[in-house]
Amino acid sequence: MWRYCLLSGLAASLAAAAPAHAYVAYVSNEKGNTVSVIDTDSWTVTHTIKVGQRPRGIEFTRDGKFVMVAVGDDDTIQMIDTKTHEIADTLPSGPDPELFTQDTSGKILYVANENDNTVTIIDIAKRARLGDIQVGVEPEGMTVSPDDKILINTSETTNMAHFIDTQKHEIVANVLVDSRPRFAQFKPDGSELWVSSEIGGTVSIIDPVKHAVTGKIEFAIPGLRREAIQPVGIGITRDGKTAFIALGPANRIAVVDTATRKVEKYLLVGQRVWHMAFTPDEKYLLTTNGVSNDVSVIDVASQKVIKTIQVGELPWGITITPQ
Amino acid sequence: MFRWLVGAFAFAISLGLTAPLARAADPVEVNIGYIHHAGTRETLSLVMQPAENDGIAGARLAIEDNNTTGKFLNQHFNLDEVRLKAGDDAVKAAVTLASHDGFIIADLGADELLKVSDALRDNGTLLLNVGGLDDRLREEDCRANVIHVAPTRSMLADALAQYLVWKQWKRWLLVVGSHDKDKLFADALRRSATRFGAKIVQERTFEDTGGARRTDSGVTLIQRQMPVFTQQAPAYDVLVAADESEVFASYLPYRTWDPRPVAGSAGLMPTSWDAAHDQWGAVQLQNRFVKLNSRRMTALDMQAWTAARMIGEAASRTNSGDPKRLADFIKGPDFSVAAFKGQPLTLRDWNLQLRQPILLADGRMVVSVSPQEGFLHQVSELDTLGVDRPETKCKLH
Repeated sequence: MWRYCLLSGLAASLAAAAPAHAYVAYVSNEKGNTVSVIDTDSWTVTHTIKVGQRPRGIEFTRDGKFVMVAVGDDDTIQMIDTKTHEIADTLPSGPDPELFTQDTSGKILYVANENDNTVTIIDIAKRARLGDIQVGVEPEGMTVSPDDKILINTSETTNMAHFIDTQKHEIVANVLVDSRPRFAQFKPDGSELWVSSEIGGTVSIIDPVKHAVTGKIEFAIPGLRREAIQPVGIGITRDGKTAFIALGPANRIAVVDTATRKVEKYLLVGQRVWHMAFTPDEKYLLTTNGVSNDVSVIDVASQKVIKTIQVGELPWGITITPQ
Repeated sequence: MFRWLVGAFAFAISLGLTAPLARAADPVEVNIGYIHHAGTRETLSLVMQPAENDGIAGARLAIEDNNTTGKFLNQHFNLDEVRLKAGDDAVKAAVTLASHDGFIIADLGADELLKVSDALRDNGTLLLNVGGLDDRLREEDCRANVIHVAPTRSMLADALAQYLVWKQWKRWLLVVGSHDKDKLFADALRRSATRFGAKIVQERTFEDTGGARRTDSGVTLIQRQMPVFTQQAPAYDVLVAADESEVFASYLPYRTWDPRPVAGSAGLMPTSWDAAHDQWGAVQLQNRFVKLNSRRMTALDMQAWTAARMIGEAASRTNSGDPKRLADFIKGPDFSVAAFKGQPLTLRDWNLQLRQPILLADGRMVVSVSPQEGFLHQVSELDTLGVDRPETKCKLH
């Protein structure tokens, strides 16, 4: 009895010592035409917001006031007011926007428009279109270098990562990667660019100065066909040491040591895992699992899946409150 | 000598640095021929009537796609079309094309294709078969200078059979048309039934007695004929029709004596592509196709798109326009092409057939995609579709 009391007392003090930092995660549900709002304290869905058709790319504005969601079949990006959970405005993207990225200041948005081989540049505050850049066939993955100088766009049928000068709005280099490049992510120090190739089944590591592929990560999971391993989303920790790679229909997240470029572990998550987001304290990583209609919560330190949260139909993208 | 060495060294360094940039110093021109017959075949359904540019419309889109990529690589792709009229000699036309095209996309009959491939045997032109479904072109009549982008009848039949067996519709009533290609499709269906454990409870032949496919009072007559034709069958789960000649299959759905689904040449149909296919990013391709051609994309369009994209893919991977180099790369172990089927498509090295998932579509929707889950294979599950390596009669030389 005493021991029990002691233990529970200890648990209580532990809980008190680590005050819950409740963050909010927004998940776009591609088929459901909704966005699920998850409270990271209780790990429950607190709201479901109706949005336009085929919501995919989703991101908080840097000030945390809005969540932008690309609704591809409505050819626009909707802005959800995070206080009221209502759609407050739209951004003039080109046709069929899928993924987008913003510069570090949160002023400029770059959108991949799959249907007309362009990247659209938008002034977020003015909600105005600043211009377009012609890229390869089926632009998809988008990211900006940490110094804001280079925008990366991947084109799925051209199979390239295009390096775009953000001042001149011109392509300065093109790097061939494996088939269907879907997602691009810089290491936080900007020293490497990681690009996932969904059909090629690899992640290419690119030297952003030499514009050359310096390494490739391949995946092998016992009992799984090679074709079932389709890398999509990538998340890299702030210290740059660990990368998490979503492997689509392989239903796993690969944990990669960025120094050795070796896969250290495969974490089983839900079916057809697409994208992911860290909580700002980097304690947790949340992944969207398209076919099983849920979100997996990974404890980053222990590299274990600790929770599954049911969301809407075919969850695709995810974004979490900025700090 | 020393200077030459230094120069060569510097050149090697600069090559090493620039090659990963995916920039080619010299412009590369890749010329692709396209040979097919003028005119279109008759179909029972007006909706299924192919357009005049069926097939080549897909190749044109792939040329656009290749040229968009080519902008970044200094590569340019051209398409030369030859449309054969009745009486035109396919061999003569192909030889003329081959004088300036390193690749020829061919939508020809089986015998014609063989004659063309034999005529071009020694001049290094690579043929890409997009129209011929015949298994024999990949088996006893296979040729080292012909790549097959079109699926075979046996691949189509296996794709359908896997689904029907998964659905537990294992008792088939097989109805076969009276033309040669109907019989070939029926052969493939019988083989599939044996392979995957379905049972053909009875076979019937639908004789083509001639007559127009379209009449002003057609429906009345068909509504009387089809129930009668399908009555007194042994117990069956699904009627499987082999009618590539478009004589009767499309008349069967909703008119069978017993209320049973129809599959094969009508109802649930195996195909390499369907205008309704929207998975794995396919909407983007469908949209581009409609924008360019003002109509929906057919299986033949897709086969031609894939053929031209395979050439473009090889050109960007090898940074070359040399037909021999591209052909070797396409036939080699590192080649694959993405074609909106959820996995890379590769070549079977024993007969140069493109491995591919097969869609099962009903004319409005894609119902399923084969190979079905649970049909396993030691190399690639795609090899559960069609004639596999141990059974092949092909000897490439």
